[in-house]
Amino acid sequence: MQTQKPAKRKEHKKLGKDKLERIIDMMKGIESHTVDPFLLNIDEIIRIVQEYFPDWDQPEELNLDSEAIHHLATVIKLQSEWVKQRSTSLYTDPFLLEEKITQKNKQELTRVFLHAWHPIVELEQVTLRSLADAKRYWDALVPLKERWEQEAVTEVAMGTTSREELVEQSILRDEAFSAELERLWKELKDKVQAQGKEGKLAYMDWVSADTYAETVQRAYLTSFLVTYGYATLEIIPLEDEIFISPFDEPASKMSKQAVSVPIMLTFESWRKWKRGERD
Amino acid sequence: MSAKRKGAYAAKVKRATHMLFFRRHQKPGVKGWELHKALGSDYPKVLDVLDDFLKPLDLQVKTVFEEEKVPEKPTLDELDKARFYVTLRGDLQPKEAKMIGWRIDDLAGLAITISYVISKKGQAARRDAEELLGEKLPGWKVGLNIDRYIRYGYLQQDDNEQLYLDWRTRAEVDQKALIDLLLRSEEEDKDAAESEEEEADEKSEES
Repeated sequence: MQTQKPAKRKEHKKLGKDKLERIIDMMKGIESHTVDPFLLNIDEIIRIVQEYFPDWDQPEELNLDSEAIHHLATVIKLQSEWVKQRSTSLYTDPFLLEEKITQKNKQELTRVFLHAWHPIVELEQVTLRSLADAKRYWDALVPLKERWEQEAVTEVAMGTTSREELVEQSILRDEAFSAELERLWKELKDKVQAQGKEGKLAYMDWVSADTYAETVQRAYLTSFLVTYGYATLEIIPLEDEIFISPFDEPASKMSKQAVSVPIMLTFESWRKWKRGERD
Repeated sequence: MSAKRKGAYAAKVKRATHMLFFRRHQKPGVKGWELHKALGSDYPKVLDVLDDFLKPLDLQVKTVFEEEKVPEKPTLDELDKARFYVTLRGDLQPKEAKMIGWRIDDLAGLAITISYVISKKGQAARRDAEELLGEKLPGWKVGLNIDRYIRYGYLQQDDNEQLYLDWRTRAEVDQKALIDLLLRSEEEDKDAAESEEEEADEKSEES
């Protein structure tokens, strides 16, 4: 291959890539059970893979090569399962069986089935002992009116309630939810500008507050900030880090596939954060 | 075996009979671990003794293992995970099947559906099974019958309307025998039917 001219070598590589891609497509078809696994000539595939392997030097080319090998292994596994299934005594050709079934009448089919059917035997019977036990249970059972005794409820006159009372009982919040989100969004932008790096802030630094309850409440509201497109999360799984960055304008998420991101916010993680802050 | 030991075994056999014959849960049968707990670690022996007692009555203790493949020499752990039933040892005559509440149509439909699922490697589309049953059963009955087989535990259905064999088929139906019998040539069938009729005639003459 070293002696090949660059243009010819490029063409050869392109041909090899096309062949591998076609092979991978076919093997994917086999894996999804749309193509018979025995339609593939394994020896021929191996020969092609071997032929072009010395040409690959780019990571994506090597990736293609390994993908082809990976799918080939899966197809061989499928072929082996196919052979195993057909070699078992229970394998029957569905077409042959359908043919036999349609030929037989109801009486014949029933007679055949009765030879292979051994129904379960069960008894249902009350005994004197079980009746005596049931009687004892009944005698010991507290009457319904005593078991489900109504709780005494004091009757009060009808009246009206104020917004302040509802806020106090946590039924209403003291500010409208959207206004609260707007306020939080502004706070996030200010905080990112003051403390953030590259327009983002560590998630724990953002949600954590002086108390755990407040922290949970901030995390709850933050989830809406992200859902409604006021901010976005950046997750780095290998380093186990999560960052939040605000948008200048609320972004429409309609075009993107919504993904739920569960984030653990335990009391311990909050305490750890707090100790780190105070130390 | 000493008299005391015999007595202990007799008591265990009696207890096993109660457990196996009377339904304890929603499904019939008893799990191995329940028998282990109630009868002790020698419960497989107790079941063997019970099976011997049941033989003359044409009944048997049937073991259905968790895995579909039946182990040659099951370990105690495998037995603990298995489910035990008492089933008919031999087979029923068509008249007897009627007596236990099965119409011939429904039984034939069950035979077709089970064998069709087996032939499709244990999984078949409900639509295909309905089509097959529809060749010989009225359309309104086909869906009802499959629902009935599912309700009784012969079949189960997933969200994609795929049918699988369920616990009752594994406990009651000798799948290999069913397929072999279905595939047998018609000549053999006729011979078998004739010899069965002769046997039945002989029996009725004797009685």
